[in-house]
Amino acid sequence: MTETRSARRAVVRDGLAVGVATGAYGVSFGAVAVTSGLSVAQTCTLSLAMFTGASQFALVGVLGAGGGAGAAAATALLLGTRNTLYGLRLAPLLGWRGLRRVAGAHLVIDESTAMATAPSSRGHERLAFLVTGLSVFVLWNLFTLVGAVAGTALAGSPWSDPRTLGLDAAVGAAFLGLLWPRLTTTTTRLVALGAAAVALGLVPVTLAGVPVLAAGGVALLVGFLRPAPDAPAGAPAGAEAGTHPGAGS
Amino acid sequence: MTAAWLAVLAGSLGCWLLKVAGVSVPPRVLANPRVAAVAALLPVALLAALVAVQSVGDGPRLVLDARLAGLGVAALLLLVRAPFLVVVAGAALAAAVLRLL
Repeated sequence: MTETRSARRAVVRDGLAVGVATGAYGVSFGAVAVTSGLSVAQTCTLSLAMFTGASQFALVGVLGAGGGAGAAAATALLLGTRNTLYGLRLAPLLGWRGLRRVAGAHLVIDESTAMATAPSSRGHERLAFLVTGLSVFVLWNLFTLVGAVAGTALAGSPWSDPRTLGLDAAVGAAFLGLLWPRLTTTTTRLVALGAAAVALGLVPVTLAGVPVLAAGGVALLVGFLRPAPDAPAGAPAGAEAGTHPGAGS
Repeated sequence: MTAAWLAVLAGSLGCWLLKVAGVSVPPRVLANPRVAAVAALLPVALLAALVAVQSVGDGPRLVLDARLAGLGVAALLLLVRAPFLVVVAGAALAAAVLRLL
């Protein structure tokens, strides 16, 4: 019993630590979103209702670059497809049905999946998922509000230009941080290079938002030509995600 | 409704439905190796494209400026396994300082 209790305590402690690390990063999302032209209400709605960091940054990035609502939402959705894969992996571990499954699905993100599938969480998958998911949710939303309000307060001053604080560089860095742990094989590195090249090639000749969507075609092409995946799809390696707890809620 | 609200609400609803689909769909869908490969590579391609466009795209032009230097700093910080927040803040700081010079 004591062993189980200390194991549970370790799971709770790790989940809260991931929540704090990821939640703090919500400040940068809030600030970047309002400097990209979203209102505080729109920014907070994204963190509450979309609640998946990479998609939120992508939506804000496409809108900020002058892209239409369709391209912005589509880019967010394409990035959100990985949560579908996480769900496939989590479903048997959580064993939820009905309303609980529909509500619990909202907490399916990189971090909660990584913690629930980590070897150290064996036997406590549901606890790890809930503690991590809920602590990230609460702190991510709190810090999004802080960042959005701070960003709005600075509006009108020289600080309101995102370039003054280097916030435009922060967005690219955030995406690189999300991408980095995935560049574990030659295939993924080549796909990343190819996708970046396709996107940059299309920037001068297409509407904003289109280059990123078109770059997704590289994944389609390579996936169909090389169907044997290097990594088990739908299984975010716990160790890999664990090295960057903030890497994309 | 403004375009921004439309994107926010439609994108949020869609992202939640994608999560629900995952915990509801029978896992054998992923057994198809092509579906599995595309699913694993899609985030890589999109994130790489976002990195590129955010770092050198400026409307319809490609511009090399302080953002690229910030990205370089971010890559160095990732190489030494710095925490995510440090990576993002380091890139912003590098770009901001470079513009002051």
